[in-house]
Parts: sequence; C-alpha cells; structure tokens
Amino acid sequence: MKDVFLKDSTKEILAGYSFLLPNLIGFLIFTSIPVVASLILSFMRVDLISTPKVFHFIWFENFKRLFTDVYFWKYSWNTLVLMLAIPFSIAGSLLLALGLNEKLRGVVFFRTLYFLPTICSGVAIYVLWRLVYNSDFGVFNTLIAKFGSLLGLTLRGPNWLTDEAWAKPALIIMSVWQAVGGYNMILYLAALQGVPRDLYEAAEIDGASSWQKFWSITWPQISPTTFFIATMSIIGGFQSGFDQAFIMTGGGPNGSTTTIMYYIFNNFYTWHEMGYAAAISWMLFLIIFSVTLLKWKVFGKLIHY
Amino acid sequence: MAAVPEYEKLVRSYLRKRFFRRLSIYILLTIGAFTMLSPFVWMITTSLKHLGDVFSYQKPWWFDWAPTAFVWENYVKAFKVVPFARFYFNSIFVVLLTTFGQVTTSAFAAYAFARLRFPGRDKIFFAYLATMMVPGAVTMIPVFILLQYFGWIDTYKAVILPAMFTAYGTFMLRQFFLTLPRDLEDAAKIDGCGYFRIFWTIVLPLSKPALATLTTFTFMGTWMNFMWPLVALNSHEKFTLPVGLAYFQSLHSTNWPLLMAGSVMMILPILLLFIFNQRYFVEGIKLTGIKG
Repeated sequence: MKDVFLKDSTKEILAGYSFLLPNLIGFLIFTSIPVVASLILSFMRVDLISTPKVFHFIWFENFKRLFTDVYFWKYSWNTLVLMLAIPFSIAGSLLLALGLNEKLRGVVFFRTLYFLPTICSGVAIYVLWRLVYNSDFGVFNTLIAKFGSLLGLTLRGPNWLTDEAWAKPALIIMSVWQAVGGYNMILYLAALQGVPRDLYEAAEIDGASSWQKFWSITWPQISPTTFFIATMSIIGGFQSGFDQAFIMTGGGPNGSTTTIMYYIFNNFYTWHEMGYAAAISWMLFLIIFSVTLLKWKVFGKLIHY
Repeated sequence: MAAVPEYEKLVRSYLRKRFFRRLSIYILLTIGAFTMLSPFVWMITTSLKHLGDVFSYQKPWWFDWAPTAFVWENYVKAFKVVPFARFYFNSIFVVLLTTFGQVTTSAFAAYAFARLRFPGRDKIFFAYLATMMVPGAVTMIPVFILLQYFGWIDTYKAVILPAMFTAYGTFMLRQFFLTLPRDLEDAAKIDGCGYFRIFWTIVLPLSKPALATLTTFTFMGTWMNFMWPLVALNSHEKFTLPVGLAYFQSLHSTNWPLLMAGSVMMILPILLLFIFNQRYFVEGIKLTGIKG
C-alpha cells in the first residue's frame, strides 16, 4: 500500500502543514510562547504601570521571596485543607455509582439529577450558595433553628462565610455537593460495568456476602479508576478555589479561603506584581508536575484513558 | 389447602429480599436526589419572592419552598437593574465564536496529527501534550501582557482568541480519529480524492459523536469561564454573564430575588444543552476520562 502513496508524499506533507497551521499559530501565540515567556517573567521584576514599563531581571529574588512569604505558605495550606473535599466526594461518587449500577428503573433520571450541580457550576451557583449559607435565613441555619424550636431550644447556626472557623468547612461541603454526582460518578459507573460478572457468580457460589464481594472483587477491580480520579482531582484541586472564594468570601475572612490560585490572581491583577505572580504559577506547576509524575510511574504511560 | 411447595417458599423469600433491597436503594437514591435538587428549588422560589419575604423570620416551614405570590417582575427587573440583556448577548457571541473556532481548528489539526505524515509531526504533537500539564495560571500572565501590547484588552478578541486554540480539543479529536477504520479513506485516496475532501466527506461525518462532545464541553466551559473574562474585560457593556452576575452582586449584594433571577437565567441555557445532549456528556467523559 505504501508504494502507491509514495509519490504523493509532497502533497501529503503540504496537506499536513496546512491542516495543522491554523491551530499551530494560535497554539504558538497563546500557549507555547507564553509558557517560555512566563518562565522568563518569573526571574524578573515587571512594572507595567509606570512609564516607561519596567522589565528588569532580578534572577532568583522572586523565588527567594516565595519561600519566606508567610502568605504563600498560609494559602498553600488553605488549598490543601479545601482539598479535603476530594476524599468525601470520591467516596460519595462511588456510593452513588454503586446504587445506580443496580438494574433499576429510573436510573437515567437519577443520573441526570445528580449531574445537575456539576453542569451548573460557576458564578450562578456560588451566588446561590451565598444565600444557602446566609446566617439569618439560609437553608442550613433555618433548618438548625427549626430543629431547635422542635426541641424547645433557641439554636443558632454559625456565620458560615464570615466566621474563620466555618468558612473552609462551608466551601468543602459545597464542593462535595458539586462534584459528587458529576464526572467521577460517570467514570465509576463505567468501571463498575466493566467488572466481569463471573467473578461475582463464583463468589456467590462460595457464599460471599455483599460486603465481602465489594471489598474482594469490586474495590480491587475498580482501583485503576479510583487512582485516576484521585490524581486528576488532586491536580484540579491545586488549581481551584478562585471562582467560589471570589464570589462567596472574597478570600476571607482573614485570608482563610484564599487559595494559591487566588493569590496568583491578586498578585497579577490586583497588585500588578507580574513577575512574582509568574513565579508562584511555576511553583504551582512544580506541584502539579510531581503529582503527574506519580501518575506516570504507576501507569507507565503518558495519558490514561 | 395443600402445603406450599418448598421451591415456592424459596422464590418468595428471594422476591421479598429483592424487593427490600431495591426499596432501600430507591430510598437512598431519592434522599440523594433531594439533597442535590433542593438548592435549585430554593433558587427558583427565592427568585419569585418579594424582597421582604426573603427576610421574614416568623413564617411557616413550607414558606421557604413555596412563595405566596409569584413575583415574575423580578426577572424583568433583573434586566433593568444591570444591562443583563447585554451580558446575555456578549456571552452568546463569545461562546459561539470560541466554540466554532476551537472545534474547527482542532479538527483540522487533529486530522493532520492522526493521519498525515510530515516531518516534525511527532515532535509538535509532543509539545501539545506537554503543555496540557501546564496550569492556565502560567500562560495567563504573558498572554495578558501580549494582549495589552496589542491594545486588545477590553475587547471581545481578548476573550475569544486565546480560548480558540486548545491542545485539549486537538488531543481529544486525534484520539478519536485514530479509532476510525482506515479502509474508507484509503479507498477514497486510490480514487484520487484530495485530503480535504477525504476529511470533509468521510472523516467528519464519521466523527459526529466526538465533535458533538467537544462542542458541548467547549460551550459549557466558555459559558462558565469567569477568571479570564474578569481579567480581560473592563467595561460593563462587554461583560459576559458570569462577570456580569458578579458585578450585579457587587452592586446589590442582598437583593436576593433579583440575584436568584439572574442566576436562574444564567443556568437555563446550560441546563437545556445538558438535557438534550446528555449522551454526549456521558460518552465524552468515558472517551477521554478527562474533565472538560
């Protein structure tokens, strides 16, 4: 077959480049050159406000500053704490997928409902959850107050979004609600459908209980999916937290919901510290890269799908 | 009466067990569905209340869920308090152009990567893959400086162009094109068909599910995108819906009925898209295993 096309190879090369070109130009301008530029910026002090604009090499100063910047470490810690939502939402996704995997009527209906919070993520949902967490008439505090009045007590829920102790749990609860019925649940459902039936039949003959069947068949069989979901969620988790904090808490109270991403935004957009913001973003890349390396080590390939 | 045969007892006990198992699963699934849905119900009912009714504390329990009066004017008011219609138009404009640009350029590039042989192909593809790991925050700053240099900040171009060429879309479509059978394309080639005609008349029609998936994901992602439009746009009349809604909130942070009316209107198109394209979502998630 190859010989037939050999004389066409010039045509093919030309076609190849012209098919690629529109995307490649955009990719060069908006992705690959900026990646290099950003690395250079991270060694610079950049001031776009003053005239003339300042682009001045300060080499490792940004990174030195990063390591002694107490706010950077505080916000990294915040990001990690907010990622506590991940194990809860993964466990919830698995539970829902197990329920939906039973051959019942109306499964598609439930799947659609569970997917809604993921589909509708974004600013509208965060505005909604500001209302849900309202300390006077939000859903949680109304329920707490009504539960109290049933018992003849005056119970008052916390000031979810303005109390430093409650702001992080509030965002975690919301993230779990948002993620539990979404992509991870669909991936788990697909994985559960891929577990060979005869394994269960063999176990049933041996008289295994549902609990035993889950831990010795289902859980090991779907463990690649669990690992994939976990690494993807961690990679996503390090980069998240801006939209909801910007809308719901403004990063407060007292910086307790500011994440790394929010700090990059503030340095870049609010304080115009472009060089420092670039340095933090490369720090973020290093964190994500190490998680990805771990993923490669386990899977031994570039992308798992 | 004759004694019930032994096997009938067994069948009955099996059926009873199955009935209770299913019942308990249904109950749990319903509780789950209620938890997922109730904030949305709250959103819709609040959007139909008088402002005063939101704050009234001494009210019967059902009052939270069923407004006593349906104040449809809230939706009309939302358009008057801020230029909501303008935000809507901007969002639709930005989303349509971004999605169209991304799907077309990705499809062309993906075909080149999947089927055509040319020098440097694999190296370029590796560069595409490598950038997929880089967080958006890294490229955001240089792209901003570049757009400022062009004088494009606070134009639609600043929001649309950077989002039009993604490695993700190209990667996803390439993976799909690789799964297509080659025979048809080879036969067309022998018949003297050019590469563009093969791509247009054979590959694209076969790839409808993948194209629909990418279209849906891009549409959703662009519709919800908040940080970049917030950075790239300054004037109110250019705001997309998420930035517009955030601006709305900064002006009227406690006018809950209007805020909820705005939120409902922002979510509605996505909801319709999801309900009609549901299977592409599910297939797309399974296909790539990557969040859109």
